[in-house]
This record gives sequence, structure tokens and C-alpha cells, in this order.
Amino acid sequence: MATAAPPSGFLFNRQGWAVFIGVGILLIAVVPLLNLATPEGSAFHLGNYLIPLLGKYLCYAILALALDLIWGYAGILSLGHGAFFALGGYAFGMYLMREIGTRGVYGNPLLPDFMVFLNWQELPWYWYGFNHFWFAAAMALLVPGFFGMLIGWFAFRSRVTGVYLSIITQATTFALMLAFFRNDMGFGGNNGLTDFKSLLGYDLHLPSTRIGLYIATVIALGIAYLICRAIVTSKLGRVLLALRDAEARVRFIGYSTTNAKLFVFTVSAMLAGLAGALYVPQIGIINPSEFSPANSIEIAIWVAVGGRGTLAGAILGAVLVNLGKSWLTGAAPDFWLFFLGGLFILVTMFLPQGVVGIGQKWRFWRARRQSAVAVAAGHD
Amino acid sequence: MVRATRTGRPGYGFFVALLALLIFGATIGPHSASAADLPELVKTLGSDDFSEKDGAIKALGELGDPRAIVVLQALAAGQLAVVQESQKVAITEATGDDLKLTDAVTGEDLGTVAEDAIDRIRVNNRLRSSIDGAMSALQIFSKSPEQRFAASRDAFRTATPAMAATLEKALTTETVPAVRDAMARSLAAVRLKTGTSAERTQAIATLASTTDPEIAGMLRGLADAGDTPPDVKRAAETAAQAIERKLKMISVAGNLIEGISLGSVLLLAAIGLAITFGLMGVINMAHGEMIMLGAYTAYVVQELFRAFLPPGIFGLYLIVAIPVAFLVAGAVGVALERCIIRFLYGRPLETLLATWGISLMLQQLVRSVFGAPNKAVANPEWMTGGFNVIGGLTVTWNRVYIIIFCFVVLAALAVTLSRTSYGLYVRAVMQNRPIASVMGIATARIDALTFGLGSGIAGMAGVALSQIGNVSPNLGTIYIVDSFLVVVFGGVGSLMGTLVGAMGIGIVNKLLEPFAGAILGKIVVLVAIILFIQKRPRGLFALKGRSVEA
Repeated sequence: MATAAPPSGFLFNRQGWAVFIGVGILLIAVVPLLNLATPEGSAFHLGNYLIPLLGKYLCYAILALALDLIWGYAGILSLGHGAFFALGGYAFGMYLMREIGTRGVYGNPLLPDFMVFLNWQELPWYWYGFNHFWFAAAMALLVPGFFGMLIGWFAFRSRVTGVYLSIITQATTFALMLAFFRNDMGFGGNNGLTDFKSLLGYDLHLPSTRIGLYIATVIALGIAYLICRAIVTSKLGRVLLALRDAEARVRFIGYSTTNAKLFVFTVSAMLAGLAGALYVPQIGIINPSEFSPANSIEIAIWVAVGGRGTLAGAILGAVLVNLGKSWLTGAAPDFWLFFLGGLFILVTMFLPQGVVGIGQKWRFWRARRQSAVAVAAGHD
Repeated sequence: MVRATRTGRPGYGFFVALLALLIFGATIGPHSASAADLPELVKTLGSDDFSEKDGAIKALGELGDPRAIVVLQALAAGQLAVVQESQKVAITEATGDDLKLTDAVTGEDLGTVAEDAIDRIRVNNRLRSSIDGAMSALQIFSKSPEQRFAASRDAFRTATPAMAATLEKALTTETVPAVRDAMARSLAAVRLKTGTSAERTQAIATLASTTDPEIAGMLRGLADAGDTPPDVKRAAETAAQAIERKLKMISVAGNLIEGISLGSVLLLAAIGLAITFGLMGVINMAHGEMIMLGAYTAYVVQELFRAFLPPGIFGLYLIVAIPVAFLVAGAVGVALERCIIRFLYGRPLETLLATWGISLMLQQLVRSVFGAPNKAVANPEWMTGGFNVIGGLTVTWNRVYIIIFCFVVLAALAVTLSRTSYGLYVRAVMQNRPIASVMGIATARIDALTFGLGSGIAGMAGVALSQIGNVSPNLGTIYIVDSFLVVVFGGVGSLMGTLVGAMGIGIVNKLLEPFAGAILGKIVVLVAIILFIQKRPRGLFALKGRSVEA
């Protein structure tokens, strides 16, 4: 389904780079300009509330990218990617909690509010270090990465594939959800982490901070896209495609499919963690419901809607589905689950290549018509 | 989900203690207050002196006369008054502007007078608390056994010294065994607090034969207290240990039974999943919603019975609901297979997503039709209550029936698969689809029928679940992850595997609960399963066959 033809240039051909840079400029420069430089009532004005919303979509896009990398290219449908996302979010949320300091309700310089509330006397050891931004940022990548590697190692080593793997990953995120709901885990229990005040000293409620976070998300999405692109256009990428279609054969030829899958699964988990870390300061809360299996399955439908194994399709799908969600949950909340459920069925049955597939089909159809016209003209 | 009730029931040791108490009580002699004092005490209530009134209230409480309850109730409500003319104490009741009077002692009608012809008897806070105390003592003499039982249990908790005489008196006339037990226990509790050293050790001996955590706690408190005499302390310590040991055993046995019952539910929920997964290699994420549909079918059948049929046969609704739920869920299953899943064969991951979509839509559909709040499905009369196995271990009937029902379904399914031609076809397709097809088996029909069968069983599981909890649109999602784990653990397409998997997970879950808590127990089970499939990736009872691996 993915076109495996190697690009003529580095990562993209000339046209591809043009689109990549064009979209990048649009997102980085034009969106903040529309927010800051246009007057309040203007038709082009982007409201302040729209900036974090856009940022949220782009975080989801990174998450979808992470899933597309393993599902579209290596055939691993993880139904637990929400767990990596949430782990990254919690890691960064812990930094934001420590950053609150004495501005909390209880004004405790060391302990976050919920710990004071639970009558804890000292900070648990795993909260050490999270008062440093760099440490939390590293943990937001390393913890999901390590976790992904652990699950992947157990699963791929014993050749758990297909729906078995999906179920195991789903059960894992379910177990994590239950664990994080517990108060004595030290992650805020039911309420999760919230009431953040500032990030590196910048007030999180200021529009300028929000635009900064938004731009950081765009850059992260760009880098994530380039990393994924680099992986899938490399030799490893072709091994992945091959093992997706015939794993046993690839193994017989002599490739270590376990290592290839483990590498790409770990990268994917880290990307999901990155998405979570960017999501939390923009949304302002992280709680255990992010671990719920339903959230993880929803990621799969973003990818499926956009088109599996295309990377760009995953980004498109994440944005499209979530735009639809924002609109429908406001306009007709009862209808949203019908719509989402219907989307799952329709896309899998009638649109296996997603939205990107429609474009490809149309181009194919036009090319055939043109050549038919040319042939007809040649006969004259 | 856990609804098992435990009521501590004393053993035969109680009767021995009871005898002892009777003899003991006889030596003290009959209680001085008798019903003859009632008119005098009621008259004293009309006194102006609050401490005299207080004494009268307390005496009324010890009287054990049901008539005193009415008087005290009226007093608390401010309805008791002295009639100026006759100086009689009467209960007043407003009729228009005037007051209707009833003699407080005899209940005789004293006619209707104006407000200024009487003096209301006033109460203050001290009197109110005295009234409360007297009332609770009087409840022990109430006409209804339930009230007497409740009052005796209350007496156990408060255990004030004044209760001892009242309880002794009540014991001499009590005939209902359960109430007698409760009274004897409360009396022992009172003695424990206030009696002499000998009385206390005797009371401890009485209490030691019970299996009540409250008593264990009380004895433990006594044993740990500093001011307890040494011999009482020793007796309390051994008695507390004995009760605690018994309680521990009972709780393990109770957990085991709960585990089996959870396992039965999981088995019913997972067995359809295991068959369809084994047969077609697809994961049906909407399987949980078949359970939910079954539960809602039970609800609808119940409501229809309520609306259209005489209440006498209401209990039969469950019998009707089981086949109806099977048909409803089965029909939905067949429709899903024919309309959606068959187009996705060979693409298991897409099937998973599509069925997830179906599950979302079914949930929202049910939510739109029936509303989001939980619906209650009543237990028929023959399923309510429970029976006492040993000591304080009570097993509720609904759990027993669910376990039986589950094994009946399992046996029926096993016979169907091993003895009928349909079962033969199913097994053939499961082992090698192309060859089965070549041999002339209509594999598409087998697929549809089997999907329907699996869904139908899930529907019946829903009826079973409706008997142990409320019915809600997300009922299925609660059980679906566990059902998957049962299939992964037990192995695909094997009844034996599903049985072992379901019972194993159910029992381990429930046995872990007391040590680790419900959530941690679940996590431990999950991790154990993930580690287990390292050793046996295809489950405990893996299907063997040439095409299975493909």
C-alpha cells in the first residue's frame, strides 16, 4: 500500500521538500500572525482559544505518526499507544507540578498539592529530579521508550503478532490506567496532575506562552516527520515493509525481524511520549483516562482515515478526525459516537487506503485517462 | 459486582451460653418494674420537675411495655399534655382549631377540647436524650421480630450498662431464635464492658464461638487495653485469636466462591469469543456489546412481564429472558457477520477496528434508546437471599444459579461441538478451512452460524450479569478486556482452555484481592499473563494443526 519507490533526493524529491517547507511556514508563521497581527473582529482573526486547540491537533498528529510508523510500515497494530503518550505527559506534568512550588493551594515548596492533601510527608524518590526541565524532558522520551522496549522485547521475542499483540498492548494500557487511578501511586490518582502555573518561568496562561508552545509543537512535528521519513526510506524501512507482508520469509532470508521491530517500536513509543509531553502544558491537565483503551483505539482510526503507511496521511487523518470531533461533540454530542463508529466501519470496508488513497486513485485514474486520450490522439 | 452479604450467625455454643444466662438471670430475680407502674409513671411525666420527669422516662424505658412506646413518642413530638379539668395525661391530636384527646394509659377517648384547656408537657434536651435511650430499650419489646432484632443489634453496639437488665428481661420472653441469639450476644457484650471479672470471662466464652468481625474487634480491644484484669485479658486474647482464625478461613472460602462465580461469568462472556476467534481468526471487539444487549433484553422482558402479565408469574421472566436474549444477541451477531465481518476476512486487524466501530455504535444506540443511567433488573424471588454454608459464610442464590447455568451452557456447547454434524463442520473449518471447503462444507454458512452462536451465548451471559449488578450501556466494556485475556491465556477455540482460563483468572483475581486490593490484583494477573505467553504464545490449550499457524 505504501509506495516503496526511493525518493530521488534526500528524504524527499524537490517537490516533496517544497510542500514540507511550505506547510511548515504556514503553520509556524502564518497562524501566529493571524492571531497576533489581525484585529479582533477581522474575518482572518484566529481567536486565542484556537491556538492551544491547534496545538492539541498537532500533538495528536505526532501520536498518529508514531502509530503509522509501526502499523503502516511494520504491521504492528499497537492498541496501547495512548499509554506511551500518557507516560510522556505524566513525566512532563511532574515537572510542571514541581514548577508550581509555593503557588499551590497549600503553598508547600516541595510537595505538590495532592500529596499534601493525602498527608504525605516527603517526596517519593521517583519524583526526584523532576524540578529540572531538562530532566523531565529527557524522561518524557526515555520512560515511554524504555516501556516500549520492554513490552516490545517480551512480545517480539516470543513472536506475538497480529491480534494477539493488539490485545496484549490493550491489556497493558488498561493495567496502567488502573494503576494510575490509585492514589498511592503518587501521580495524583483520579484527578491526575493539573493546575499548572508556568513553564521555565513563563506563565502558561499568557497568549505569548501558548504561541511559543504551539510553535514548539510544529517544530517537533516536523522533526518527528523527518525522523519517520528517514526510517522508512532507509534500508531498515524496506525490511520493515517486507516483514509486514511476509515476516517468516524475511526471517528465513536472514534478517533479525525481532530487532527491526523492537527498534521501530521503541522509536514510536518515544514519539508518542514526545506528543504527550507537548500536549500536557497546552491542555493543562493529564489524568489516568488518557490510558483508557478507547483512546488508544481512536489513534488507529486517525491513521486509517488518513491512510496507513503514508506518514503524511496519519497527520492529515489526526487533524481531520479531531476537527470533526471538536465540531460534532459541540453540535450534536449524541451523534459523535455514531459518527466515530461509522467511520471505523466505513474506512476499513470501503477506504482501506484512507483519504490519501483517494488522491492516489484519482491521480491514477487521470493518468490512465490522459494516456487513453494520448493513445486515441496517436491513432488519428 | 460483589454483593455477597455476610451476617454473623452464632453457633450452638450460644445456646449453652443462653442457658447459663437464664439461670444467671433467675438468681438475680425478676425485675422490679412491672406494667402496673405504667399509670403512675405516666402521671409523673406531668410533673413540673424536670428531674422527676427524667426519672419517669427512664423507668418507662425499663418497663418493657409496648404502650410506653406510644407515650414516649407523643412526648418527644410535644403531643403529650395534662388535661386541666381531670388532671389526666392525654395524647393530643389537632382537629381544626381544637384538640382531640386520648388517654395516654388506657387509650380511652377523652373528647375534644380547646387549646387552653390543657397544659402541654414540655421537654428539654436532657429529656430528649433520655427519651431516645428509653425508646431503644423499648424497641427490644416491640411486637415485630425485625424491630426486636434490630434493637438487639443496636444494643450490641452501644452496650450501655443499663441495657443489661432490659436484655435479660427480654430474653425470658423471646421465642424467635435469631432474635434470641442477637440478644444473648448483646447481653454478653454489655457484661464484657461492665460485669465482674467472672461475668466477663463467661461473656468472653459466649462470644468466642461466634464469627463476627465486630466481636473480634471488641475482644481485641479488650485484650490490648491496659486496665483489663490479667485473666480477662488472657481469655479475650485467645477468644479474639480463635474468632480471627475462623474469620480468615471463612473469608478465603468466600473469596474462592466469589472467584468461581466471577470465573463462570468470564467463561460465559469469553466462550463465544474463543470459538469465533478460533474459527475465523477475527477478534470481535463488539462481543462485549452482545453481553450488554443480552442484559438489556432481560430488562425489557422484565418490564413487559410487569406491564402485561399478572404479578404471580413475574418470577418466570428470567426463564423467558434467557432464550430471548440468546436469539436477540445471536441475530445481531449473524447480521454483523453477514453485513460487515465477512468482507474483511483475511484482514484481522481491520476486523478488529470495524468491530470496535460497531461496539461504539451499539453502545450509543442503547444509550439513546434506554438513556444513560443504569437500569435495575430485579432478582426473581427464587433467586434472592442466600444460604448459610458454615459459620458466617453466606452464599447468595444468584451466584449459585449463575455457576450452575454456566456449566449447563458449557456442557450443551461441548455436546453440540462434539456430537452433532454442525459441530463436526465447525471443528473441520477450525482445523483447515480450505480442505473443509473442498470436502463440501459450506464454510460461509458455518461462519455465520458460529458467529451467531457465540454472540447468543454472550447474550445469555448478559442475562446472568443482570442478576448480579445493574445494567448500563458500558456493561460490555467492563468484561471485554478480561474476556480477551481468558482467550489468550486458555488458547483459541478450545472449550477446555476457556474453562481453565476463566476459572483461573476469576479465582486468582478474587484470592489476590484481600492482599493486594482489587486493582493491584488485576495488574498482577495481567503481568502474569504477559509473562505466561512468553512460554506458550498460543495459550494453555493451543490448537494443533497444519494450517493453524498460518
